[in-house]
Amino acid sequence: MERLTSFAALEEYRGQLVAGRDPQRVMVAVCAGTGCIGCGANQVVAAFKKELAEQGLADKVEFRATGCHGFCERGTLVVIHPQRVFYQVVSAKDVPEIVEKTVKTGEVIDRLLYADKTDKDQKVLHEHDVPFYKHQRRLIFGNNGAIDPTSLDDYIALGGYAALAKALATMQSDQIIAEVKRAGLRGRGGGGFPAGVKWESCRNAKGSPKYVVCNADEGDPGAYMDRSLLEGNPHSVLEGMVIGAYAIGSNDGYIYVRNEYPLAVQNATIAIDQARAAGLLGKNILGTDFSYDIKISRGGGAFVCGESTALMASLEGQAGEPRAKYVHTVEHGLYNRPTNLNNVETWANVPYIVLHGADEYRKIGTEGSPGTKIFSLVGKVNNTGLIEVPMGITLRDIIYNIGGGIPKEKKFKAVQTGGPSGGCIPAEHLDLPVDFDKLYDVGSMMGSGGMIVMDENTCMVELARYFTAFLSDESCGKCLPCREGLTQMRGILQDICDGKGQDGDLDLIETLAGTIRECSLCALGQTAPNPVESTLRFFRSEYEAHIHHKRCPAGVCPPLITYKVLPDRCTACGACKRVCPAAAVEGQKKVVHRILVEKCIKCGQCYEICPADAIIKE
Amino acid sequence: MGAETFAPETVDAIVRKNGGTSANLILMLQDIQTEYRYLPHDALLYLSDKLNVPVARVYHVATFYKAFSLKPKGRHEFHVCMGTACHVRGSKLILDQIARELDLPPGGTSKDLKFSLDTVNCLGSCALGPLVVVDHEYVGHASLQKMKRIVANLKKKED
Repeated sequence: MERLTSFAALEEYRGQLVAGRDPQRVMVAVCAGTGCIGCGANQVVAAFKKELAEQGLADKVEFRATGCHGFCERGTLVVIHPQRVFYQVVSAKDVPEIVEKTVKTGEVIDRLLYADKTDKDQKVLHEHDVPFYKHQRRLIFGNNGAIDPTSLDDYIALGGYAALAKALATMQSDQIIAEVKRAGLRGRGGGGFPAGVKWESCRNAKGSPKYVVCNADEGDPGAYMDRSLLEGNPHSVLEGMVIGAYAIGSNDGYIYVRNEYPLAVQNATIAIDQARAAGLLGKNILGTDFSYDIKISRGGGAFVCGESTALMASLEGQAGEPRAKYVHTVEHGLYNRPTNLNNVETWANVPYIVLHGADEYRKIGTEGSPGTKIFSLVGKVNNTGLIEVPMGITLRDIIYNIGGGIPKEKKFKAVQTGGPSGGCIPAEHLDLPVDFDKLYDVGSMMGSGGMIVMDENTCMVELARYFTAFLSDESCGKCLPCREGLTQMRGILQDICDGKGQDGDLDLIETLAGTIRECSLCALGQTAPNPVESTLRFFRSEYEAHIHHKRCPAGVCPPLITYKVLPDRCTACGACKRVCPAAAVEGQKKVVHRILVEKCIKCGQCYEICPADAIIKE
Repeated sequence: MGAETFAPETVDAIVRKNGGTSANLILMLQDIQTEYRYLPHDALLYLSDKLNVPVARVYHVATFYKAFSLKPKGRHEFHVCMGTACHVRGSKLILDQIARELDLPPGGTSKDLKFSLDTVNCLGSCALGPLVVVDHEYVGHASLQKMKRIVANLKKKED
């Protein structure tokens, strides 16, 4: 496309795009986010392209391989516009039938429709009626399903870069900052610091050049909204960054992205090249005097690099070790220059605020946390996926109405929010309205938005051990409280899980947790005791059962459980005996089998394979 | 896959591609890792010389980040996701199973350089959990028996 050199040129171009697109035309959107690719989306995309070409429909029907739609549990997802017929669990072999029936004649294929787990006959036809989507408010994430992430035209046709044009044409930089402050936008990466305040400090800081950086080093295990945004709608992130750079007075920027996210790297790179060619990035943006360019930097796989000072060290080509933060990065950040860092989701909120105004934005969410939040709802929940909901929604609404409850009718035990630095929230707080402050009140935090649901089969002690081990591995080692404190804490927790817990261990853990919290250099260490403290607060009895009774109530910790065959359920099929790597199963045809405790290595294979559910863990 | 011995021209090309500045050291190391499946000692010395960066700093970076390995990796790589969502769905048992079948500890590479087994913190495909990536292919909803079959098939291929 030609370089756009004025605001009018952008609007004219958008007009042409919209006029050339018939909203009533059939459009097939296939989710090709990383989750669906894992379910075979690439094959589905290839099959559609082939089938549409062979049927001579390539010109008549529009086809888009889009970014993540969010409902990863049901991949591969296919949505047929304009009616938004919603097909789930689609594989390549379904494609000819979809083209033949739904695309050509509008006939619906019943077997591909979504049905609720509770009522298999109650099929849902349209995407917006599926319970998973119905209760969401998809302000930021909604366009993912409608655009091809590698097409700038798709983004512009839906109003893309209009906020940038508005900002450049009609707003002074302090007006933009005032608007973002008034909107109450808080950093979505975890801290929840007001973005507008940060921008203002960076703008007022002395020194040049200034840098405006996007944190896409999404390291929280169980959270993947930033990846999906950058993969599925990269231009929305770029637009937010350019507006921010204009407000702050920066001409250089970076996107620091995890190397484990190859598709995000690829799509962001494409988007940057396109935006630059179109005059929306780089020199003299939209014909104005303002210039701002972005480079991509790939991380090396270190969790601590999500921390701002570590990220900046890594951008400079150093090891990602944090430094003390009494010197603020907005004043002395990257290369010791003023640097403004926000994460992917925060940047993606900016165009909406600029375009619709702070008042409109504040209508969504709560007083202290306006807007929406994208969560990844994962773990022991029926509808795994990415959801965007208004702040203030209750945990119960999220887990039961959107998430569809717990699989296999198991009992809900807790939900873990905030990644490894967050905490576990038990059933008694299910009606808690979710926002930055409320989560903090119950000893957890928002983090980047991971929400891991746990059922009665999750051992909370083992979970605390898991997070502590994770953080101990990821600790950069620079400061002693975090490095040594977490190592000791991990050792104690491992002992408890192994049945070697002693009286006094819990007191020791609590003392240690306080020291790590108070004395660590960066947020990794300061928040590291959260998982332990929150599980101790709400699930102390489980710790006590491990220590005093050498029992794991959830049946998880291998040294504390034994596998057993229930004689009245055993059909003597021999599956467990064949699969056992330790020859620990005794039995023959028509004779009930038995597990020899002394030989059993507790690998769990018999438990998994038993067709009669006759094997239990105690 | 790349050659096993270090060639200066390869590193020269990588340095050129990344602008020749030490700020891009991490990106260069990533490219070297992709090329050789590990960071050969000689390549690091050469890079240090070329960029005029102390060897200690090159090693500081090379040993700090998880993406880098100072030892050669196997031809077939298993990455078991140990993210929280996979963890609560039993990824530890899956890891133990693969370790048993390959006779390798996590982080290990077989002597014949056929197999490597590693863990990864989260691949962001939590709906597929437990998740294992075998030679860059995602194996979702991994079960103990599924992994046993995959290992057996790869072993057969290698023989």
